[in-house]
Amino acid sequence: MADVVKFAKPAGFFDTFVRRPGPIKKNMHYCPGCGHGILHKLIAEAMADFKIKDHTVLIAPVGCAVFAYYYFDCYGVSSPHGRAPAIATAISRTNPDDVVISYQGDGDLASIGFNHILQAANRGENMTVFFVNNAIYGMTGGQMAPTTLPGQVTQTSPWGRSVEETGYPIKVCEMISQFEAPVYVERCALSTVPNIMKARNAVRKAIQNSMNKKGFSLVEFLSGCPVNLKMNAEQMNAFLNEKMTKFFPLGVYKDVADERAPVHHPVPTFDREKVIETLYPQAFDHAVEDNFRYKSPVFQKECKVKISGFGGQGVLSLGHVMAVMGKLRNFNVSWLPSYGPEMRGGTANCSVVFSHKHVGSPQADYNCDLMICMNQPSVDKFLGQLSPKGVLVYDASTISNPPTGPEQTVYGIRASDIAAEMGNQKMANSVILGAVIQMMQECLMNEDEKDDLDRAVEAALNESFASKPELAA
Amino acid sequence: MKRTNKILLKGNEAVVYGALLAGCECYFGYPITPASEIAHTAARLFPKLGRIFIQAECEIASINMVLGASAAGRRAMTASSGLGISLKQEGVSYIAGSELPAVIIDVMRGGPGLGNIAPEQADYNQIVKGGGHGSYKCIVLAPGSVQEMCDLTVLAFDLADKYRTPVYVLTDGMIGQMMEKLELPEPKGRRPLPEWALNRECPKANCIASIYLDTGDLEKVNIRLNKKYDEIKKNEQRAEEYHMEDAEYAFVAYGISSRMARTAVDELRSEGMKIGLIRPQTLFPFPADALNRAVDRGVKEFFCVEMSNGQMIDDVKLSIECRRPVTLINRMGGNVPSVEEIIQAVKAKLGVK
Ligand SMILES: Cc1ncc(C[n+]2csc(CCOP(=O)(O)OP(=O)(O)O)c2C)c(N)n1
Ligand code: SF4
Ligand SMILES: [Mg+2]
Repeated sequence: MADVVKFAKPAGFFDTFVRRPGPIKKNMHYCPGCGHGILHKLIAEAMADFKIKDHTVLIAPVGCAVFAYYYFDCYGVSSPHGRAPAIATAISRTNPDDVVISYQGDGDLASIGFNHILQAANRGENMTVFFVNNAIYGMTGGQMAPTTLPGQVTQTSPWGRSVEETGYPIKVCEMISQFEAPVYVERCALSTVPNIMKARNAVRKAIQNSMNKKGFSLVEFLSGCPVNLKMNAEQMNAFLNEKMTKFFPLGVYKDVADERAPVHHPVPTFDREKVIETLYPQAFDHAVEDNFRYKSPVFQKECKVKISGFGGQGVLSLGHVMAVMGKLRNFNVSWLPSYGPEMRGGTANCSVVFSHKHVGSPQADYNCDLMICMNQPSVDKFLGQLSPKGVLVYDASTISNPPTGPEQTVYGIRASDIAAEMGNQKMANSVILGAVIQMMQECLMNEDEKDDLDRAVEAALNESFASKPELAA
Repeated sequence: MKRTNKILLKGNEAVVYGALLAGCECYFGYPITPASEIAHTAARLFPKLGRIFIQAECEIASINMVLGASAAGRRAMTASSGLGISLKQEGVSYIAGSELPAVIIDVMRGGPGLGNIAPEQADYNQIVKGGGHGSYKCIVLAPGSVQEMCDLTVLAFDLADKYRTPVYVLTDGMIGQMMEKLELPEPKGRRPLPEWALNRECPKANCIASIYLDTGDLEKVNIRLNKKYDEIKKNEQRAEEYHMEDAEYAFVAYGISSRMARTAVDELRSEGMKIGLIRPQTLFPFPADALNRAVDRGVKEFFCVEMSNGQMIDDVKLSIECRRPVTLINRMGGNVPSVEEIIQAVKAKLGVK
């Protein structure tokens, strides 16, 4: 059988449309006279001429071009409706040397996915957007698009688009060109031969910008949908040239590619040493062997600590230092802060639980072993959660006579006053920490462990403030 | 400088450490309490290793960025909380349908609607049962500690690759905000490009889509997907059992409520009650085998501790085919059931003083 080649298919297309299921492998699914078909040829030709087929990724939209990836001899991905710019963003970052094309219709780009295109344009992603404006939802059978002209009859504007109710056609090029980042924005029409030649140049220019990593380019194509607009070829061209261009003037809206330096993307590293240096913390001095355990009886069972006060008193950081101490001495520790609006009310609290076993509930909300209260509301709210034999440490500058039980041990420290005398109101938490440490050393710890506790505190302070400078609350 | 792998981190931070150590290359997210520390930590650490961090315009964009990066053959993740996850569902369904790996972290907060930012577990149904359109499932991992926030994130990437499917790490505001000591795992190198990826090193015939107009074709895809889910059910059930050896009663709880239940086990055992805890670490697949073993070993009754209106309890009952009574102990609205509440509920149900 002799090959009959009438018009050569551009080499950017597959010779046979192998991705297309079913028996039809040579033809596209577009209706005769459809703008999508014309634009596809211009793109395919440019892809072949620029020899970029092996490093182009085409993102197909939801719309009549949903199967665009059947035809182009490059990598293809099908996007949810309107989301192509987000997918293109990711691929332009992961494949910085590739040409990434987001192909979209007017419903896809200017309605459901409008935010995505604006944001990708504003970020200046290195991608090319081909935007087919046919003033209609083609695929779903001819409903009103954001670009439908005033008075235009569609399935959902059966008496003509009313600008009072639905506004005016959205002008995408005019909007996108207002952003700083995009480098090239042009509107063309897929109508007469001279217009199509201009469109051909625009396609090439946009793709070249991507190849040169110049950033974001968008070309809009006024495009025919003769089926849904119920027009013949002549009427269709007249509609594009006379009606659509009134609302959508053709021309270059922005072209600053020559002035822009190529966008730069970092190279990821997986080097073991570099990853460890970045993620593993510094090993502080005063560490102990993994099997080290304090022998004092107080540490042999789970220990629950609750710390509470005003935001800004250092309640969370005090808890954090204690948690770091626990970590450094091989306890399992949990530190649980109050967060969010609870904090905005001006109060803060945290629970710290130490155990040589697995920590169960991280919430110190009953039978607490140690309670630190830095203001009166904390006493009122939490004192009931202290164990009958627990220890209360409170700021005696702000709290008077907390109603403790007969077997509870109570230490009132004039922490705020002492801190103020030292010249820094924010030191009240350190004063309390000092008191707690001294209390532990004097009342709870074995003789030979006291010095180690000092070392642990010092290391914990270093580590806590090195790693968590933001824990001021 | 000497380095150690022992570190004190918030659960949310541990997710990012796990992700980077697993070789994740891309983070895409949108701020939301109580998940934001994941974005903060990712913004700080991903660029330090030359990896990609984008604050997307919304959750819909972030999940589609994950789709794009994953299609390009790179390990990618996103994180959010309930309402943001609701927005992602369209994208997750596409990812499942396109058979792409992806890791999604849901740090649950109170719902419905804007709800509040306190911890809840009421996204269970939308995460475990599919959530978006179509007959698909995601693997769902449920960390019970900060260590597991890290470790299960690593596992999530491996399972996502193994089964080419989205994997959720389903956690809550409290585990996200809480700090614990953990051991960081060894860093993994770059995951080699899968042969289906959109990358010039892979075959050019590669394309990623989930559209099959032919009903026969689409049914075949569905059958294949569901075979995959059966395979996952068989291979990937994970649960931690605590004092189940001689248990006559058992709590079933995951995430933060399992921590309260665990302490309740200790307290009730100290009073002589033979009770244990089954803590699902996978919610899909649900650890039905562990539950059925418990029934066979003589557990008389289960107590399901949940911070929702009782969403997991359905899976408990289905798994054991209602062979034992299952009682719900729950709080909603962002309240965490206290150990005392849990103990009281058990005693009340069993008529114990
Ligand atoms: C989330 C979602 N909503 C609605 C649809 C239905 N839908 C498919 S295509 C389309 C409109 C496409 O119009 P346009 O982007 O202008 O493309 P055209 O077909 O005109 O080229 C719609 C609404 C969908 N696929 N997904
Ligand atoms: S319906 Fe319109 S847009 Fe769609 S293929 Fe036919 S002519 Fe083209
Ligand atoms: Mg259209």
